[in-house]
Amino acid sequence: MNQFEYLRPASVAEAVAAASEPGAAFLAAGTNLLDLMKLGALRPSRLVDVTRLPELSNVEQLDGGGFRIGALVRNADLAREPAFAAAFPSVAEALLSGASAQLRNAASVGGNLMQHTRCAYFQDPASACNRRDPGTGCDALTGENRSHAVLGWSNACIATHPSDFSVPLVALDAVVEIAGPDGRREMALEDLYPLPDAHRAPESGLRPGEMVVSLRLPPEAASFRAHARYLKLRERTSFAFALVSAAAALRIEDGRILQARLALGAVAARPWRARAAEALLFGAVPSAENFGRAADAALADARPSGDNGFKIELARRVIKRVLLLAADGTPERMPALPASAFNLENGAVAHV
Amino acid sequence: MSDTISPPSTHVRMGSSRGQPLTRRDGLLKVTGTATFAADNNPQGLVHAVVAVSAIARGRVASLDVTAAKAHPGVIEVITPANRPPLAIDPDQKTGLFGFRFEALQNDRVRYAKQPIALVVAETLEAATEGARLLSPTYEAEAARMGFDDGERYDPPAIGIGAPTNFVRGDIAAGHAAAVHSIKTDYRTPAQYHNAMEPHAIVAEWDGDRLTIDSPNQAIVMSRGLFAGYFGIPAENVFLRSPFLGGGFGSKAIMPGPYILAILAARMLGRPVKLVLPRDQMYGPVGHRGATEQTLRLAMDADGHLTALEHHATAQTSSFDEFIEPAANASHNLYASPAIETRQQAVRVDIGTPGPMRAPGEASGSAALECAIDEAALACGLDSLEFRLRNYAETDPASGKPFSAKALRECYSRGAERFGWAGRPLAPRQMRDKAGHLVGWGMGSALFPAPMFMAEARATLRADGTALVETAGADMGQGAWTALAQIAADGLGLDIEQVEFRSGASDLPDGGVAGGSGHTATAGSALYNAGTDAIAKLAELASSDPDSPLFGSGNAGVEARGGRLYHREDETRSQSYAEILSRAGVATLEGTGKGGRDPAQAEARAMFSHGAVFAEVKVDPDLGQMRVTRLVGAFAAGRIVNPRLATSQLYGGMIWGLSFALHEEAIHDRRSGRPLNADLAGYHIPVHADIPAMDAILVDEDDPYVNGLGIKGVGEIGITGTVGAIANAIWHATGVRAHRFPIRIEDLIA
Ligand SMILES: Cc1cc2nc3c(=O)[nH]c(=O)nc-3n(C[C@H](O)[C@H](O)[C@H](O)COP(=O)(O)OP(=O)(O)OC[C@H]3O[C@@H](n4cnc5c(N)ncnc54)[C@H](O)[C@@H]3O)c2cc1C
Ligand code: SF4
Repeated sequence: MNQFEYLRPASVAEAVAAASEPGAAFLAAGTNLLDLMKLGALRPSRLVDVTRLPELSNVEQLDGGGFRIGALVRNADLAREPAFAAAFPSVAEALLSGASAQLRNAASVGGNLMQHTRCAYFQDPASACNRRDPGTGCDALTGENRSHAVLGWSNACIATHPSDFSVPLVALDAVVEIAGPDGRREMALEDLYPLPDAHRAPESGLRPGEMVVSLRLPPEAASFRAHARYLKLRERTSFAFALVSAAAALRIEDGRILQARLALGAVAARPWRARAAEALLFGAVPSAENFGRAADAALADARPSGDNGFKIELARRVIKRVLLLAADGTPERMPALPASAFNLENGAVAHV
Repeated sequence: MSDTISPPSTHVRMGSSRGQPLTRRDGLLKVTGTATFAADNNPQGLVHAVVAVSAIARGRVASLDVTAAKAHPGVIEVITPANRPPLAIDPDQKTGLFGFRFEALQNDRVRYAKQPIALVVAETLEAATEGARLLSPTYEAEAARMGFDDGERYDPPAIGIGAPTNFVRGDIAAGHAAAVHSIKTDYRTPAQYHNAMEPHAIVAEWDGDRLTIDSPNQAIVMSRGLFAGYFGIPAENVFLRSPFLGGGFGSKAIMPGPYILAILAARMLGRPVKLVLPRDQMYGPVGHRGATEQTLRLAMDADGHLTALEHHATAQTSSFDEFIEPAANASHNLYASPAIETRQQAVRVDIGTPGPMRAPGEASGSAALECAIDEAALACGLDSLEFRLRNYAETDPASGKPFSAKALRECYSRGAERFGWAGRPLAPRQMRDKAGHLVGWGMGSALFPAPMFMAEARATLRADGTALVETAGADMGQGAWTALAQIAADGLGLDIEQVEFRSGASDLPDGGVAGGSGHTATAGSALYNAGTDAIAKLAELASSDPDSPLFGSGNAGVEARGGRLYHREDETRSQSYAEILSRAGVATLEGTGKGGRDPAQAEARAMFSHGAVFAEVKVDPDLGQMRVTRLVGAFAAGRIVNPRLATSQLYGGMIWGLSFALHEEAIHDRRSGRPLNADLAGYHIPVHADIPAMDAILVDEDDPYVNGLGIKGVGEIGITGTVGAIANAIWHATGVRAHRFPIRIEDLIA
């Protein structure tokens, strides 16, 4: 780990000013950043510790039904916040399917959204990586890329974004509120994750010095709460990143889908909003057949970036299943294994 | 005492401590964090060492910026091939069966990624870490050879630790000619790393030419000699302490180069040095399970009896040394076949030398064999348990010798009954649960040798009637502190509370190797014999004391129990140990004992533990998500010293098997040779949510030949059988036969 300066600003303004220096990085719980520093993959010259900043640890219900969540709210606290979990059950489910209880107790909302790709070559400073060191190339392209992107990738970078939390959030049109050297602004969460172009793979949509101060869910996002699910395929039952995941949210009236929201995780450098599939489902009857068609539409542009063609078929099946689960209705209680394929309808664990 | 074990002397009551499910005697220390592991030692004046490792897998180090590293505040010394002091033995020299070649900065060659290329010593760990980074090595790289097809393929002189490479018994061609059914199948197993919870660590301190080492070690006295050899000092000058290991699994029985460097640094600087390997640096110099490719051909007659069994395996080893995962040997001793042939080849790749890893060969070989047996049963239209019973080996298939004891039939029946195997449909994809998941049942046979090594022990009766027992055994978490003390107490006819047990240091009698599942049997026998030796001397004192109630009873005429000797024919005649010693004016009375296999028995019989494992899995039919939902194992492993600890060992083995089947795999970049998942986030082992409801049945087995105590081992057998059982259950659930481990989602959704 390199030598770095450590600052603990007292206000957001101070934090932004401190982080505007080149080489500065915000430090939240550090569960991602410190690992990458120890590996030598990230070498910030200045850490701006935001964990003591006031007023970023609240979950606020806004007039009209929306929610504002401070960037320092812990992942576990948010998932267990009753009003929030009731309004956005798939977000709570996604949060609880991520990492481990210990990590969720530490990890912050801002850190989760801003976490870095798990691409092994990104983590290995000796490997070429355009995302880490622009212009060096991409060792994943011809390397071990079984879990890499099948959508929205370019030869510059085939990495995926690993956050579970962000997948239902993108489906629900979440917005991030940002403080920066030029004042406050906000952007659609989706835009926090730029896709790579032919040559570059920027890590985020933030400008230098900008910090995520809060996350906002619009009022209509809660209108899906009766039919909102997250489903995550993974290599072990817990404590593993998604191989493919999907969030579905439906508004169903009189047996027809009035509105559908669908996003895929772990298939692209951003949580992948499947708008064509959403459009297909408008006015449709919730049925396996229609959901299959939606899945095909969602993956129409997918192509393997390496030894990962299976992820396309897998994603298709995950979409179909998550839509079926959502159509069945949000379970009364959080499943014992959140977002797992191994849950009975009543929420019990399959074999305990 | 002789080198071999005599049957237990008649004067000791059997089983007063043995057989009791005592909890770990070191449990309180462990859960309160007060057990001292190697890295917990901080002697006065300690400095910290960090290894700089190679980022290439083959080539040479062209430059190191030693000046930059040395200029970093706190850095004391940087050791590179340019200034590394000489060693008494060339690290590239083979020093015997357990002696592996290693890197101790003997030159600038790089033979695998993560190889040590320099050692930085500093006042703090942080300074040493940064110093190592500042070395900014440059390389002259050559293309790495990583795959089975990239490296040089050859016929190794031996496999495992000195085992013969090839084996043939019977007429394979005739076996195939006689066959009505046959299968040919292949399986691949990946490189796996031990990943013990406790990292490799050493604290080394010199005092003149005497060396004190704190380091987790599975073979304490043997290693003392190895360490001494490299520094040209007598073995007695080395004091090695290893009271606790946070797991070893074979990786802590072998000398890693970084340890030698830390000791060198301590001598160079005249200060104690601590070196703790970070997780990723254990993916190279401390061994692993080599990847294998295995092919099996099985031929059966019309009734499903094997007529030929061929098992060929190719294992990866390093470019400069050999440990060939002896996978094909798994087919030697389990199923009866008139013709058996096993062959092993090796491929040299640019990776650290593999080494023994929990059930070396048995694990990977059993995985392939048990799947092949399942395929063979299917080819014959037989239930796979029935097929195994038809091919039950009444005598050892490899040698024709009788087994010392074999209760496998009972393992099959007890396991099958507990699991509910009866009525299992033969065809796959027949069972579903309420949620619509595919359900599959599979089984595997478990087999593990019951070896013994050599061990010595001392038992000292003290004036107050209590005793001190000593042997340099190793507690790797398996419970040696408890099980060995139980055996020692029995040998002395004392309650376990009256026995002080000293272990885990090299100034004690040689406790042998904690490996091969033979530690309890070997060190336990030595302890038991030391106890009976002391008791025999005590009986002698009493018998020759005219005023003793036991006068004239002779050694064989007394029984030792609860700290007293009793006359065998007359219970009213007895005397306490303390009284006998005091009347004889003896302050302490010492007995010694050895543990080892009786060569005559070893020659006459085949000695193994056996078991049967049954697995239930559920698989999502569309998504391929898999989960093991039940595991039942039944094991016959001689006399069980401590059922609680034995069960926990068997659980651990079965979970390891689950991990092998579905999780573990080290991934190396094909081009650079660097490991890509050298941490516990990327290298998956099961989490609690992956571990199903488990049952480990201890099947009684009385083995009068294996050793005087009837003890076999339970440490590794649980892995064998389990891997195959799970893979077979996945086939039974889905109808898809995966031919590689770990089995992955994509194998099931094609
Ligand atoms: C073993 C393991 C398994 C995991 N499994 C999963 C999983 O299954 N699913 C999943 O979703 N996640 C998983 N995670 C990732 C985990 O969710 C993240 O590490 C965590 O959410 C990061 O939060 P943090 O507060 O620790 O962020 P930090 O590590 O402090 O920061 C992460 C990044 O975000 C930046 N940052 C932090 N806060 C802000 C802010 N307010 N504004 C701008 N930038 C900011 C930092 O500069 C840094 O670059 C896993 C992590 C580990 C170690
Ligand atoms: S896929 Fe992206 S993150 Fe991975 S090596 Fe290539 S550029 Fe870097």
